[in-house]
Amino acid sequence: MQWLGLWHYWAVIILMMIGLYIVIARDNLVKKVMGLSIFQVSVIMFYVSTGKVEGGTAPIIPEGGHDLVYSNPLPHVLMLTAIVVGISTTALALALIVRIQEAYGTVEDDELNAIDGAAL
Amino acid sequence: MDGWRSWFCGKLSSWGPPLTPDQLIALSILSPAVGALAIALIGRNNDAGYNPRDIVTVIATLITFGFVVKLAGPVVAGDRPELSLFEVLPGLAIAFKIEPLGMLFALVASGLWIPTSIYSFGYMRGHHERHQTRFFVCFAIAISAALGIAFARNLLTLFLFYELLTFSTYPLVTHAGSGKAVKAGRSYLGILIFTSVSFLLLAIVWTWQTTGTLEFRPGGIVSGHFESSRAILLLALFVFGTGKAALMPFHRWLPAAMVAPTPVSALLHAVAVVKAGVFTVLKIIVYVFGIEFLTDGNYALWLCYVAGFTLIAASLVALTKDNLKARLAYSTISQLSYIVLGAALATKTSIVGGGMHIVMHAAGKITLFFCAGAIMVASHKTEISDMKGIGRQMPFTMFAFFIASLSIIGLPPLGGAWSKWYLILGALDAQQFLMVGVLIVSSLLNIAYLLPIVVNAFFFPTTEVEIGGGIKEAPIACVASLLVTAFSCLILFLYPDFFLNLAQMIGEF
Amino acid sequence: MMEQLPALQVVLPLFSALLCLLIRNKTASRLFAVAVSWGCLAIALILLRTVQETGIISYHFGGWFPPLGIEYRIDLLNAYVLIIVAMISAVVLPFGVGHWGLSIPEGREYLFFCAFLLCISGLLGITITGDAFNVFVFLEITSLSSYALIAMGRNRRALRAAFTYLVMGTVGGTFILIGIGMMYLETGTLNMVDIANRLPLAYGSRTVLVAFAFLTVGVGIKLAVFPLHHWLPNAYSYAPATVSAFLAATATKVSYYVLVRVIFTLFGAAYIFETLRFHVLLIPLSLLAMFIGSTVAIYQTNIKRLLAYSSISQIGYMTLGLSFASINGLTGGLVHLFNHALMKGGLFLVLASVMHSIASNEIDDMRGLGRKMPFTMAAFVLGGLSLIGVPGTVGFISKWYLVVAALEKGWYPIAVLILLSSFLAVIYIWRVVEIFFFREPAAEKSIKEAPLSMLIPTWILIGGTLFFGLQTEWTAGVAGSVANFLLGGLP
Repeated sequence: MQWLGLWHYWAVIILMMIGLYIVIARDNLVKKVMGLSIFQVSVIMFYVSTGKVEGGTAPIIPEGGHDLVYSNPLPHVLMLTAIVVGISTTALALALIVRIQEAYGTVEDDELNAIDGAAL
Repeated sequence: MDGWRSWFCGKLSSWGPPLTPDQLIALSILSPAVGALAIALIGRNNDAGYNPRDIVTVIATLITFGFVVKLAGPVVAGDRPELSLFEVLPGLAIAFKIEPLGMLFALVASGLWIPTSIYSFGYMRGHHERHQTRFFVCFAIAISAALGIAFARNLLTLFLFYELLTFSTYPLVTHAGSGKAVKAGRSYLGILIFTSVSFLLLAIVWTWQTTGTLEFRPGGIVSGHFESSRAILLLALFVFGTGKAALMPFHRWLPAAMVAPTPVSALLHAVAVVKAGVFTVLKIIVYVFGIEFLTDGNYALWLCYVAGFTLIAASLVALTKDNLKARLAYSTISQLSYIVLGAALATKTSIVGGGMHIVMHAAGKITLFFCAGAIMVASHKTEISDMKGIGRQMPFTMFAFFIASLSIIGLPPLGGAWSKWYLILGALDAQQFLMVGVLIVSSLLNIAYLLPIVVNAFFFPTTEVEIGGGIKEAPIACVASLLVTAFSCLILFLYPDFFLNLAQMIGEF
Repeated sequence: MMEQLPALQVVLPLFSALLCLLIRNKTASRLFAVAVSWGCLAIALILLRTVQETGIISYHFGGWFPPLGIEYRIDLLNAYVLIIVAMISAVVLPFGVGHWGLSIPEGREYLFFCAFLLCISGLLGITITGDAFNVFVFLEITSLSSYALIAMGRNRRALRAAFTYLVMGTVGGTFILIGIGMMYLETGTLNMVDIANRLPLAYGSRTVLVAFAFLTVGVGIKLAVFPLHHWLPNAYSYAPATVSAFLAATATKVSYYVLVRVIFTLFGAAYIFETLRFHVLLIPLSLLAMFIGSTVAIYQTNIKRLLAYSSISQIGYMTLGLSFASINGLTGGLVHLFNHALMKGGLFLVLASVMHSIASNEIDDMRGLGRKMPFTMAAFVLGGLSLIGVPGTVGFISKWYLVVAALEKGWYPIAVLILLSSFLAVIYIWRVVEIFFFREPAAEKSIKEAPLSMLIPTWILIGGTLFFGLQTEWTAGVAGSVANFLLGGLP
């Protein structure tokens, strides 16, 4: 049952696929952005889960104690940056959507295509 | 004879300011380019009357020719002046080295630039062409490129100037700017770029990659690296890649380009561009493959047949053309194949014949084109069937046409006789009796498509009733230049020594 | 000061971008951005000189020594790419000084320059860093600022182009992030040199394989490798003119650099090409890119879109060069990086001048423009000749190396295809040249030649295509030694 043993990878993959599917299949730009966020979050969870050591604690050396097991803090720290990047991306995407709404009056991809003429 | 020659060579190199050969090479290539710049700066927007750019053009032509002639002395005497500029790629430099064949071509190109420029003044005015400054600028650049091709020491330099020639002549071909001209320009550029990029460049890179050098060398560079089918393939890539040689099936650009103003057709399509093509073929066969290599392996036999076919086929097509320039264009295609044939036969004599034919055909064909242009300016006629009796109206022009026709046909006492003589000798040397037959048949065809024009002009009454009759020639600048070039055909028969000498030295690097 | 240059290379534009926000005055912020870009170029030149003289520069931040701390590591390869980025930005930013054309939205000029500087700093950061995660961070800085820049285009379609690019770019960036994570799992380090040392121990592992797959696809999206190029035509067509010039000349180049780094430094050419046989995939894709890109370009009615498709085909040349995995092939790919930056930058600047004069980039509106704007259009012709690969221009040099590399391997059909594809370039370039020079102008409008402040930057780049077409020691010479250095292990 090794393939089930790494169940957190399964969770990551499922999330990732859900996200990608939304990005590809939805016409609504806001939903696309949601999908994109889910996709990014799945990767963040992937990183975080890899840093976890079973039975490990936060990497803070308590007074006196030296023989504790610590989780690897590096992936967690990296994800702070990735989260910031994700938020900025989402913010920028939403800003763009607002301006698309202003310019076109819709945020549905198929309607936008119809307005712009042929699908470019 | 020898004393005379050394005196002559001494005279050639000693006149004018003392310059070292490498300076001369640079100057002769640069002076048309500088001329182009000066024309562009000085040229006024006045296309009808006096324009200072005319004087600049004439000065540039004379200076260029002067430099080339000054270089001719040492070359005939056995020197091989050279000039290396800089390395473009490791081991590949832009470099020049003058050998007899290149000298021959350079003399033809720069020499005939003079009458063509003078002719152009008359023609362009008489024909009310626009954008004349652009015309003279591109013309000068094309000459610069032709000299670069002539003097190139390696294939890379040659290729660089070859493409420069293509692009600098494009605005000349499309000069009229009409839809027809643009279309002609499209097939001109299309065929020339397609062949040069797809075949010639491939052949050059292949040679470089296999032999590690692109230098022209006596005896060639490919022997020992290529054999049997690969050698034939390489030769085919080179020969068909040189689209300017107008070998069938890549000849279509030449008739298409005839929409250009006549001086362009004359110089570029009888002298500089097409001759750059056959010159490249000759040079590649002599200095890249080497005559011995080709004859030993019999690698060029197929090329004889291709050239022979082009020769006959183009002559036959010429017979069917009623437009004078189109007929001359097909005649050019056929005559170019003489030179390719000379190269393909790959004997010492046939190469001499090929080299000589560059000169002889240039003098003859440029005269014919000048005449065609003069007829167009004076009577606005382009179709041969309309030219009945035109000899009475334009006696000088048609007389020159007659002389040049005879030279193209190869009858003594005109220059063309020499080159055909050597070509037939070469074919006999190579035991290619079929090719001897082809050459003779083609001469008969030449008679058939050229002489009727003259007969028509002199012996038939005019179809239209000319009021007043009398002589109505083209501008004096046109007539003078075409008489000069026609006369040169005669001179070339009487004194072929100089060019013959050069041609016989081909292969001595 | 001198030893701080690697940090300054990135930090200077990064902080200047923020200062731009404070300046707010449009002229002042523009002059400031120009000054910063020139400063960057100076730093890049010094860095290249230093690398050539003393070898690899290693710079670490905050007293943390590599591999623990973040390292900036400059070898010949990234010094070369730094020059490309810095040079193009130093030429593009001053373009049209004194003219507030139609490309920059009114009242938001300082934001434009802020985003521009951020983009420069991101590109320089990707190039200079020796830390895998840092690549991701800078990549996102670049991407976010370029989405913003593209969205500033006048046409409302620019917004959609930016959005599409954002979606694809984010997916690409996240893929790269996954790839980096996998490599970290396998090696326990993020320092590139360290990864390169430890990866060979894990060659058999499936994780490494997956990491490579994610990295290549991610970078492939950013690079617009053939089937992943969907975002590029719209982004280039609708972005403000100078942004198109800048992105076309630098963004894909830096992505190419990342790909080269991943293949040749991280994974090792031997593993990628001999074990994985990556070229079996990459060569057909490159050839398809070359032919499909050029063929589609022939049918475009918008000149910027034409050049965008031409970019896709040119990227094909670069990836083709890489997939030969030989000195000549890689030299060809790398030298085309520089050469293509020059010619595409120049060509897009020509279009920016045209935009300034006639407010359109439709080929039909450009009829007869050759007579109205002779100097600008002459630059276009020369740039076009370079795209074709006429000898004497930079395009010829790239093609020369690629064809030599193909023949060297005995892959004759590929050599023929490379040359045939340049004939397609003749068609799409000459088609528009005919329209520029031989058609009568649509209406007798008073169209004037572009101002000097536009002509000079254009001609610097176009002149460069001619100069470096004959003087190749600084381009092909450097690219050659880079290729030697990267393929050190491979025969």
